Amino acid sequence: MLLAAFTFTPALGMFVAFVAVTLVITYFSAQKATGSAAYFAAGRSIKGWQNGLAVAGDYMSAASFLGISGMICFKGYDGFMYSVGFLVAYLTVLFFVAEPLRNAGKYTMADLLAYRMSPRPVRAMASLSTLTVSTFYMIAQMVGAGGIIKGLIGIEFAPAVIGVGVLMLVYVVFGGMLATTWVQIIKAILLMAGAITLSVLVLKHHGYSFGAFFDAVSHADYAGTAPAKNLLEPGMKYGTAAAGPWGPLDLVSLGLGLVLGTAGLPHILVRFYTVPDAKTARVSVIWAMAIIGVFYILTTFFGFGAATIMAKSEIMAGAKENTNMVAPLLAQKLGGELFFAFISAVAFATILAVVAGLTMSASTSFAHDFYTNVIHHGKEQSPGEEVRVARITAAVVGAASIGLAIYLGPGVNAAFLVGLAFAVAASANLPVILFSVFWSRFNTAGAVSGLVGGLVSSIGLILISPVGMFGKEGAIFPLENPGIVSIPVGFLSAWLGTLLTARDPQAEAKFAELSVRAQTGLGAETGGGH
Amino acid sequence: MSQPDWNRIAADPDFAALKRAKKRFLIPASLFFLAYYIALPVLVGFMPATMKQEVFGRVNWAYLFALSQFLMSWILAWLYIRAAAKWDKMEHALLAKLGHR
Repeated sequence: MLLAAFTFTPALGMFVAFVAVTLVITYFSAQKATGSAAYFAAGRSIKGWQNGLAVAGDYMSAASFLGISGMICFKGYDGFMYSVGFLVAYLTVLFFVAEPLRNAGKYTMADLLAYRMSPRPVRAMASLSTLTVSTFYMIAQMVGAGGIIKGLIGIEFAPAVIGVGVLMLVYVVFGGMLATTWVQIIKAILLMAGAITLSVLVLKHHGYSFGAFFDAVSHADYAGTAPAKNLLEPGMKYGTAAAGPWGPLDLVSLGLGLVLGTAGLPHILVRFYTVPDAKTARVSVIWAMAIIGVFYILTTFFGFGAATIMAKSEIMAGAKENTNMVAPLLAQKLGGELFFAFISAVAFATILAVVAGLTMSASTSFAHDFYTNVIHHGKEQSPGEEVRVARITAAVVGAASIGLAIYLGPGVNAAFLVGLAFAVAASANLPVILFSVFWSRFNTAGAVSGLVGGLVSSIGLILISPVGMFGKEGAIFPLENPGIVSIPVGFLSAWLGTLLTARDPQAEAKFAELSVRAQTGLGAETGGGH
Repeated sequence: MSQPDWNRIAADPDFAALKRAKKRFLIPASLFFLAYYIALPVLVGFMPATMKQEVFGRVNWAYLFALSQFLMSWILAWLYIRAAAKWDKMEHALLAKLGHR
C-alpha cells in the first residue's frame, strides 16, 4: 500500500545506500557500546578531526543547508547574516565552553553546573532546559523533514516523519553516541562534497569569473523572469522598508542569539565528552570552524547563484516561495538528475543525523541528570541502569516528537521553533555555564534563578512576539528574536539570585576545586583503553 | 589515586599566573570579537546607505564586512591556539611541580 505511493528514484536509491552504511556502523557500535561511558560518550575515544566533522555535521542542519540557501536566493544579503552568526558563535564555544566542560564534566552540561551547587535543584532545571531546547529543535527538524522528503522523494508527510523517526531511534537506541557520531561524520563529508560541487557548477555557469558572478547577482532577475534587483544590498528581510521600524533592532537581536546561543546548545556541548581530553576538544572546535566557515561562505554561491540561474516558475510553489527546495532544484538544473538525487539524499541524511544528535543529548540528560541524580541521588540502582533508562527515554522522546510533528503538520513555522531553541540556549544555559566556571560567589539559588529567568523570558517573549500566539497584529513584543532582552534577563537573574541570597560556603569552597579541574584538566574523566 | 589537594593547587602562585595569562588573552579577545560581530548587524541595520556603497566592482561594504567576519573568526581561533599552547606548558609545569604528572 505504502510502496505504491512512490516509485523508486535515484534519490531514494542513494538514500537507501546511506542508510545501509550507517546501519552497518550502528551494528558494530552496538557490539562495542557496553557501559555508560561507551554509550553516552563513545568511550571518549573519538579523534579531534573526527569530532570536528561530527560537530559540523550536528550543526549544519537541513534548516541551514536548505533554509539559508533559499533565503539568500529570495531575500539576498539578509539571509547571509545567519551564515555569519553561525560561524562567529564558535569563538564563544572555543574560548569559554569546550575545554572547561570536557575537563570538569562527565556526560552533560548539568555536570558542570551542578558541580559546586546542591545538585538536585540545579540538575532538575538544567535537564528541563536541555529537554526544552532539544525537543523544540527536533520538532522543527522533523516538520522540515516531512515537507522536504515529500518534495524530494515523493513520500507523504506522515510516513516520511515516521520513517525519519524510526531510523533515528535505531541509531540512538542500539548504537548510542558512537553510531550517532559516525552518522554525523559521514553526513558532514557528503554535505561538504555536495556544497562544493554545487558552488563550482554555479561559477562554471558564470564562466568561472567572480566578476561576472557578482555582476549577475547585483542585477539578479531569476533568468529574466522577474525585475532585476541587487541581492548584494542589505535590507530585503530586516530593513525598515521590508520589516517596519523594528527590523534593524530585530537583526541585532538575532545576531546576539546566534553568537551566544550555540555555546548553550546541549547537542553541541555533549560532543566534547566524546574526545579523550580538553586539548582534543580544542582541536575539534578548530576543525569544526574550518568546515563550518567554508560551508557558510559557499551558501552565498548557491543561494545567490540560484537567483541568477533559476526562473521564478521553477522555484515557486504556486504563489509561495518554495524556499526549502531552491538548493536541490538548482542542483537538478546544473547537474542533472543524478546530482539532484545526490543532493536530495544528502538533505535526507542531514535531517537524520541532526535529529539523532538531538535525541541522544535529550535522553542522556534525562537519564543522567534527572533519573540517576535527581530521583536516585546520584546512585545507579543496578549496573547498566542509566543506559537502559536513556534508551527508553530516547524511544519516548522520539515517539513524542514524531507524534507532535505529525499533529502540528507541515504548516508549523520551523524558524519559530529553531529561534526558540537558540534563544533558550543563550538566555538560560550560557549565563549559568559562565558564572559556574568564573565566579566564586555564584550559588545554587543563582543557578536556579538564572535558568528559570532565561527560560521563562525567552519563551515568554517569543509567545507574545509577531511569530507567537497573537500573530503579527496582536504582538505585544515587537521583535521576532528575543535575545536582546532575554539574554540580559538570563545574566541578571543569575546575578541577582546569587546576591540576594545568603553566601553558600560549600559552593565557594568547591570553586577552588572546579577552577583547578576546569583550567588544568586534573582529575578529568579519562578515555577508556587509552 | 588519592584526591589531589585542590586548595593547595588553587593557592599556588603558578596557578594564579596561569589564570592571569588566560584572562589576559580571553577578555580583550572576546570584547573584540563581540564588538566586531555586533557592528555588522548594527551598521547593516541602521546605516544601510553607507553599507550599500560599492568597493570592488559590484561588491559592496556590507558583503565585504560580512566576509571579513569569517577571516576574523579564523584568525582569532589561530591566535587562541597559539596562546593555549603556552598555557598547556604552564599547566604541565605546575602539575609536574606538585607531583601530579
